[in-house]
Amino acid sequence: MSTRRYSAFALAREALRDHLGWQRAWAKASPKPRYDVIIVGAGGHGLATAYYLGKNFGIRNVAVLEKGWLGGGNTGRNTTIIRSNYLQDPSAAIYEKSRALYETLSQELNYNVMFSPRGVMMLAQTEHEVRGYKRTAHANSIQGVTTEFISPERVKELVPIIELKGPRYPVLGALWQARGGTARHDAVAWGYARACSDMGMDIIQNCEVTGIRSEGGQVTVVETSKGEIGCGKLGLVVAGHSGVLAQKAGFRLPIESLALQALVSEPIKPCMDVVVMANTVHGYMSQSDKGEMVIGGGTDAFNNYTQRGSFHHIEETVRALVETFPMISRLKMLRQWGGIVDMTGDRSPIISKTPVDGIFVNCGWGTGGFKAIPGSGWAMAELMAKGHSPLSAAFGMERFREGRFIDESVAAGVAH
Amino acid sequence: MLILTCPCCGVTADETELAGGGEAHVRRAGPGASESEVEDYLFMRENPRGPHFERWRHAYGCGKWFLAARDTATLEVFGTYPAQTTEPPEHIRAAITERHPGWRWRDFS
Ligand SMILES: Cc1cc2nc3c(=O)[nH]c(=O)nc-3n(C[C@H](O)[C@H](O)[C@H](O)COP(=O)(O)OP(=O)(O)OC[C@H]3O[C@@H](n4cnc5c(N)ncnc54)[C@H](O)[C@@H]3O)c2cc1C
Ligand SMILES: [Zn+2]
Repeated sequence: MSTRRYSAFALAREALRDHLGWQRAWAKASPKPRYDVIIVGAGGHGLATAYYLGKNFGIRNVAVLEKGWLGGGNTGRNTTIIRSNYLQDPSAAIYEKSRALYETLSQELNYNVMFSPRGVMMLAQTEHEVRGYKRTAHANSIQGVTTEFISPERVKELVPIIELKGPRYPVLGALWQARGGTARHDAVAWGYARACSDMGMDIIQNCEVTGIRSEGGQVTVVETSKGEIGCGKLGLVVAGHSGVLAQKAGFRLPIESLALQALVSEPIKPCMDVVVMANTVHGYMSQSDKGEMVIGGGTDAFNNYTQRGSFHHIEETVRALVETFPMISRLKMLRQWGGIVDMTGDRSPIISKTPVDGIFVNCGWGTGGFKAIPGSGWAMAELMAKGHSPLSAAFGMERFREGRFIDESVAAGVAH
Repeated sequence: MLILTCPCCGVTADETELAGGGEAHVRRAGPGASESEVEDYLFMRENPRGPHFERWRHAYGCGKWFLAARDTATLEVFGTYPAQTTEPPEHIRAAITERHPGWRWRDFS
């Protein structure tokens, strides 16, 4: 008998028989001639979209096409910060829905995504930030998102390794979300993939979409490196490559693709059990369960598809963090990498119908979409199934023409 | 590290001396333009995976604006040219075509 469900009992049973009973987490699939729905991009957002299409709407004749490997895009490259303390109402709604779904995601997927609501702190290091974060805290209390503005003394209590006095930018307080935190990024992708596969969906890796065809303004076929595949509806969920695919489908997007980098240190003993973001000086840090300090900063200045960034950005981030946390000055860094993030003009995502009937886009999450994976998938599935979703309504791409921006660029200098 | 030669002062500068200014050759929508023309001007971008034209400012040097042609898929620089140009000059197009035969961009083909 093989083991499908993960549990303490299953673990014990497999331990007693040399772990021979575990099954592959998801089935290997090759494309069928046609699907009701094709999702392009097996990152978190694409897989979550497929999952909620099946779970909430019973749409299971679905394929997820991925040009590389599952979770190998930004989903597997991010620094996993989860928070919902945004300023605007539509953002708070979708990010808080997402955060709330993370609370029970491991049970729901029967896959340990290691959601750790350890608390997220955004330091206020200028008077502007103090005012800005107090405003956000007030907005959050009206939106039903639990956050508070805390004093420097409380910051020091929560993060003993922090240097409050500066010298460049003293810590004047912080916006604190106690139920924000981190999760394991790979596990989120893998957990959704396993659940999709269980529902009979095909997850097809090494399958690049190279063309999109439509007839009479309605999408009909995608051309891929594994041949042509017919579809009723098509979801483009490809982050940094959204502009490239939109062009293949015949429309443009208000998106620019930039490199964003991150790095981790050698593992050290536990020293910081919350996430700290310092947006004025452009750096943020948390400690992984393995003990590595996980560090990130801001994006590069120019369009880039190479998943490599410029070194001076890393230098800038590290310099800022050494000032904030003097004890890390002699830490050795283990790895550094980059991802291509999809930036919109108002720093908010696009979850939208497009000029081509049957094609939907979910993109523009930029530097901060890991936290949004469950909520975004939930909303995108509803939009694709029913043509409308209350959670995504404000995020349509027509908002740029109509001047209805969801401006989060002021609220979050570094938007992770 | 990106390195560009400023056509205004001739200095070869690395990225830390320069400030990026986004896509080049974006035409301003004039009075009487439609909503979608204004939208195109303000928000829609080429964002190509391949040859791309950008505005740069020699911020910590001569302070002048100039334009650059780069490949976003390889980070190769095709060349830089003065900002007082409404479309890519011949030598830049030739450099791009050499790398990407049959290449064309917008109406500049
Ligand atoms: C360094 C870094 C740090 C970050 N830190 C945070 C953070 O702390 N918190 C947070 O919330 N967010 C963070 N983010 C942002 C977050 O990672 C992204 O917003 C999110 O992962 C996007 O998920 P996605 O599913 O949309 O895209 P991806 O995971 O990039 O998935 C898109 C997939 O589409 C595939 N694809 C592309 N083109 C094609 C094609 N033609 N055919 C088939 N497949 C294709 C790609 O291979 C890729 O796997 C960070 C990002 C980076 C790069
Ligand atoms: Zn110069």
